Amino acid sequence: MKGLITLLLLLIVPLSSDALEVFACEPEWGALVRELAGDNANLTVAITAFQDPHRLQARPSLIAATRRAELLVCTGADLEIGWLPLLLRRAGNPDIQPGRPGHFMAADYVRKLEIPALIDRSQGDIHPQGNPHIHLNPNNISRIADKLAERLGALDPGNGSDYISRLQGFQIRWETATMGWEERGESLRGLRLVTHHRGFSYLADWLDLDIVATLERKPGIPPSAAHLASLLEQLSPNPPAAVVRTPYANERPSLWLTERLDVWALRLPYTVNDADGPADLFALFDMTLTALEEVNNERL
Amino acid sequence: MLALILLSTGTLHAQGLSGEVADLRQMLLEMKNDYESRIAGLESRLDRAERSARSASRSADDAVEIAEQTAIDLTAGASSPNTYNPAIGVVLVARYANVGPGWEDIPGFIPGGDLGPGSSGLSLGESELNLNANIDSRFFGNITFALGDEDGETEIALEEAWIQTTSLSNGLTLLGGRYFSGIGYLNKFHIHADDFADRPLPYQAFLGGQYIADGLQLRWIAPTPLFLEVGAELNWGSNFPSTSNSATSPDLWTLFSHVGGDIGLSHSWQLGLSYLSADVVDRGGEDVGAPPAEVFTGDSDITGLDFVWKWAPDGNSTVQNFKFQGEYFSRDERGVFAGLPYDGDQDGWYLQGIWQFRQGWRIGYRHDEVDADNGPLFSGTILEDPGRSSARDSFIIEWSASEFSRLRMQFIDDRVLDESDSQILLQYIMSIGAHGAHEF
Repeated sequence: MKGLITLLLLLIVPLSSDALEVFACEPEWGALVRELAGDNANLTVAITAFQDPHRLQARPSLIAATRRAELLVCTGADLEIGWLPLLLRRAGNPDIQPGRPGHFMAADYVRKLEIPALIDRSQGDIHPQGNPHIHLNPNNISRIADKLAERLGALDPGNGSDYISRLQGFQIRWETATMGWEERGESLRGLRLVTHHRGFSYLADWLDLDIVATLERKPGIPPSAAHLASLLEQLSPNPPAAVVRTPYANERPSLWLTERLDVWALRLPYTVNDADGPADLFALFDMTLTALEEVNNERL
Repeated sequence: MLALILLSTGTLHAQGLSGEVADLRQMLLEMKNDYESRIAGLESRLDRAERSARSASRSADDAVEIAEQTAIDLTAGASSPNTYNPAIGVVLVARYANVGPGWEDIPGFIPGGDLGPGSSGLSLGESELNLNANIDSRFFGNITFALGDEDGETEIALEEAWIQTTSLSNGLTLLGGRYFSGIGYLNKFHIHADDFADRPLPYQAFLGGQYIADGLQLRWIAPTPLFLEVGAELNWGSNFPSTSNSATSPDLWTLFSHVGGDIGLSHSWQLGLSYLSADVVDRGGEDVGAPPAEVFTGDSDITGLDFVWKWAPDGNSTVQNFKFQGEYFSRDERGVFAGLPYDGDQDGWYLQGIWQFRQGWRIGYRHDEVDADNGPLFSGTILEDPGRSSARDSFIIEWSASEFSRLRMQFIDDRVLDESDSQILLQYIMSIGAHGAHEF
């Protein structure tokens, strides 16, 4: 009983900490905050690599975390439209409302791809502002890092110089790494892929990969048997190198198609993943390129 | 001696030679170091030059991209004079029912609102129109109209009309207007968001299906890692279980609290406790089709306990997930009914489980029942003790093409009346417009 009471007290008593409370929606932004803020931030990440950022629910633990947050780092571009507005309304926390310094939307700072000409749900669950899966181009990360460090410095001026030096260190390492990835990417140019969802458009745009089809006939609509069958017919004469999916996507449609086309079913890390994937953003791109190179070498 | 001298000069000479070699070696080493550092310097300059060329080309790219993006944003802004329009959402609901005798009140309870399974045949039910937006930097506003069809006439009801603060700090939120009370678990949801076509019996018996309050609500969320919410309401209005039509003073107040959290990645839970206290004036009578004298005046207090537990493998609910929820309500009423002293106790509960077994497909089961203990005085009136509990068992199967559409089939074994009734409901629930919220 005493143990239980202690446990309850531990759970209920506010955390006393001088660190900046940061709430990141997706793991990639959590990883960027870790790079730029280190121990200056007390970080909560809403979702894992195994959860679909479109489909999350505003569950109690997330309401509790947004209530404490001083900075919200999310993708924006309507990726979190189903749950973030609700969290913001429930949190009773003015500091992270839209328009305030504590409200940071990464997609505001990069150019979006696939901005729909026709905004209609018959086209699936499309995002009027464009494809929100922006983080798989390292140049986007670098651009967002500049803006995020600026924001961290503004919210936590006491550690301002620390954010500047961390940003500089990160950008030098990131630049060098990006050059390496781009060099490696040369050999991947034109690699033909099928993706489950339009989650890899920015990667394809960056490395000049050729995404020939998606398993979802329309974004967010689960792949139907009819669509898979028509894909099989369409792709059989000239199969792609692989069918690519995120860790959170249903593996069955990929497996169905790849078995019949006799090509790779590739689960790319998609984002930072503490369980069995890349531990940071550098490893994310390393692992992604390694996986694509493996597919590419097999093909040659 | 000579030999000795020769030897020593030889040694000296040799020593001199080896000194020169050492000097030369030293010089070489210095030159090498010098060149190495120069080469390193040149390399790093080259590197820097390359990098700045790259970043220059990238900033050029950026500039172009940002210019393009700005152009896009500008055209978007310029071409839409309706930028400030609120989010508009419409929910379309209709059903086909096959119901036996049906019922409009539960034995032993004074009914509030439209209860029961409704009538057989095709009906539109209530379609909804919702508008919401931030009013300014401090307030958020929301209004919902329910559009129903009553005997060929379109009825418009004001279902919700509330404003709430977004700028109070310390976890406080103040809400006012007409709103769904925060008591229990299910009450705050629109009925079309439920997992079953109708509310469970305790909601129908104690809250008229849904307690829509007119008043004020204050909620506070604790600054803790564990979710802890406390709320209180002060309500006026005429919606059941409130009976006051006068706006002079509140006749109903509530207190509620929820705690919740995660267990690992796959489990989330929430537990709630609620209390509602109403000053009831003349409930029943002609309003519910009973003799005019059969009215209750007095205190009505409801205590509620609710829990919900959700599971999804690794928290990924896309393909499979499971939701288990239950609520218990107990009501204590004291006062006067039909001129006689009345002290009634009623309670009710439901338990339900919903399993999404593959993407787009869900099945579920619910048991709900209520029980009235009103004492022996009231036989022949609407409060007559039925001597048994009213219960139902319901099964659903649902298919969703996307999160915006839902087709549902519900089978009910209804034992509210003495004779049990098998009912079938077919229902569609479709939403268009603004993206709905994924509430827990």
